[in-house]
Amino acid sequence: MAVTRAQQARRGETRRREAYAGLSFVLPWLLSLLLFTAYPVLTTLYLSFTDYNIVQPPRWIGLQNYRTMFTADPAFWTSVGNSAYYALLAVPLGLAGALGLALLLNTRAQGMGIYRTLIALPVLVPPVASTIIFVALFDPDNGLINALLQTVGLPTVGWLTDPTWSKPALILLSLWGLGASALIFLAGLQEIPQALLDAAAIDGAGPWQRFRHVTLPLLTPVILFNLVMGVISSFHIFTQALVVGGTTGKPLESTLMFMVHIYRMAFRYFAMGQAAALAVVLFLAVLVVTLVIFQSAHVWVYYEGSRDSHR
Amino acid sequence: MTYRDRTKSHHRGGKTGVRRAGRSWRYLAPMMRHVLLVAVAIAFMVPFYWMAISALKDNSQIFARPLQWWPNPIRWDNVLHALTYPGFPFLRFLWNSVFYAGCVSLGTVLSCAAVGYGFARLHFPGRDLLFAITVSTMLIPGIVIFIPTFVLFKHLGLLGTYAPLIVPAFLGNAFFIFLLRQFFLGLPQELSDAARVDGAGEFRIFWQIMLPLVRPALMTAAILSFIWTWHEFFGPLIYLSDRSQYPLSLGLFAFRAQHTTEWSLLLAASMLATLPLIVLFFCTQRSFLAGMTLTGLKDS
Repeated sequence: MAVTRAQQARRGETRRREAYAGLSFVLPWLLSLLLFTAYPVLTTLYLSFTDYNIVQPPRWIGLQNYRTMFTADPAFWTSVGNSAYYALLAVPLGLAGALGLALLLNTRAQGMGIYRTLIALPVLVPPVASTIIFVALFDPDNGLINALLQTVGLPTVGWLTDPTWSKPALILLSLWGLGASALIFLAGLQEIPQALLDAAAIDGAGPWQRFRHVTLPLLTPVILFNLVMGVISSFHIFTQALVVGGTTGKPLESTLMFMVHIYRMAFRYFAMGQAAALAVVLFLAVLVVTLVIFQSAHVWVYYEGSRDSHR
Repeated sequence: MTYRDRTKSHHRGGKTGVRRAGRSWRYLAPMMRHVLLVAVAIAFMVPFYWMAISALKDNSQIFARPLQWWPNPIRWDNVLHALTYPGFPFLRFLWNSVFYAGCVSLGTVLSCAAVGYGFARLHFPGRDLLFAITVSTMLIPGIVIFIPTFVLFKHLGLLGTYAPLIVPAFLGNAFFIFLLRQFFLGLPQELSDAARVDGAGEFRIFWQIMLPLVRPALMTAAILSFIWTWHEFFGPLIYLSDRSQYPLSLGLFAFRAQHTTEWSLLLAASMLATLPLIVLFFCTQRSFLAGMTLTGLKDS
């Protein structure tokens, strides 16, 4: 009896010591969560209900910032439209392009390592530098892209100087960096058991049917991951838009993305309250879209071995 | 002969399917694949090539017709010119970038290794909830954090210094905590149990036994963090004011704002901002590619 109690005491003692150790290991992060996550999130929420220019203390004005945003700030709607346009095209094109590229790369043939490297390289270019390169390539008069279009007899456009084409140009720039998600797809493809594909082939499935009914379903978790990452990053596009269009979204506010609008409000006009309200709206948008995607995942994402539990 | 062998090896084990799919497909498909891959690879490389040759061209030649695929004359002095441009100390920017990315990378790896280890290998009350919160904070847009922290650092008198950009890294980063936790989870429990029986303290187990085992993962985290910090633009844009403090991305941005037509110098400076990362990439390619793919695929 006494032995058991002693044992219990000892076990409790080691458990307590482990808990202390665990807490001290995560302590820095606990501090960061409080100081650089919880405090800022709550403060942004609070500031969104105030008039605040940093110099004077914040003044409570209730929902005024939100009312201004929706009814009296045309740039809000312009920037929402621009960001939505960008996200709706850049994300699906990026996903399809990355998946196609991964399928091309998914073979044991020699030399694939070189292609993989070449496709990963653009990801390394700092966004400011890649945008500058593309501004040169997209030059309406004598840039490389228009020169090539002309050579093959296609009409040329003004790209970054034309409000109609500036966003498609930014989307093309984003596609230059799709190597990152292509490599994630490739890793996913290589996890697919060859036996399954072989079995399908024996059953008479052609290449397209094998892709449609074996590869694609097994790849849906990776598609989900890349989709969420793509949507979030496209909502946050900032650097490229600022380099191209400055804080006014040249030409004609066509590159005024939502993040550029917030940046301008906060750090040019120092209208911190208004900017905080915009940031809250961005947060909610990211949250809602992510939740919707995860909810829809129940329908289209296939998790191995989870079929019964889903019935 | 070798080509046929190679083609066969693609379809290892799938003989029946291959026979049904038809003989011509067997030879055509790999060839089409290669043609397509070459085309895509060229399309991806052209911007690099254009940057490199334009950086060495006469300014007037960059936009010349017909297209000039090779600089003539080669203006090596462009590079020198860019490095010594009055008012834009690019060598200084380069050093600032190395300092900034190096500090953040070091801080991130140190803190996230410890925190990731705590989450993966030690039990304490509230751990799983805290980890769930950690993962979900990745959804918070940076700007939501930036507005109050900017005000905070302003009140602390730290605007115009690197403190707001570097100090938070030493307290951890949700993404890298998640990444490193996954690696610590994969280590055998017997190791730490044995060390505990031998009387090793928790910190010693972490530092002397566990940490060396995840060295490749630490390397990956360090490299990714270094590259992302090198790319970082928003933070330096709002926190730094004196040009001599700018990292390369911000220096490049400022240079373009003032000299929109100096294309050969702009592209030479873009090369300067990109080249160190490419060198780093080729030195550490394995860790880097592993890091790019790992993040999405290791499930808990």
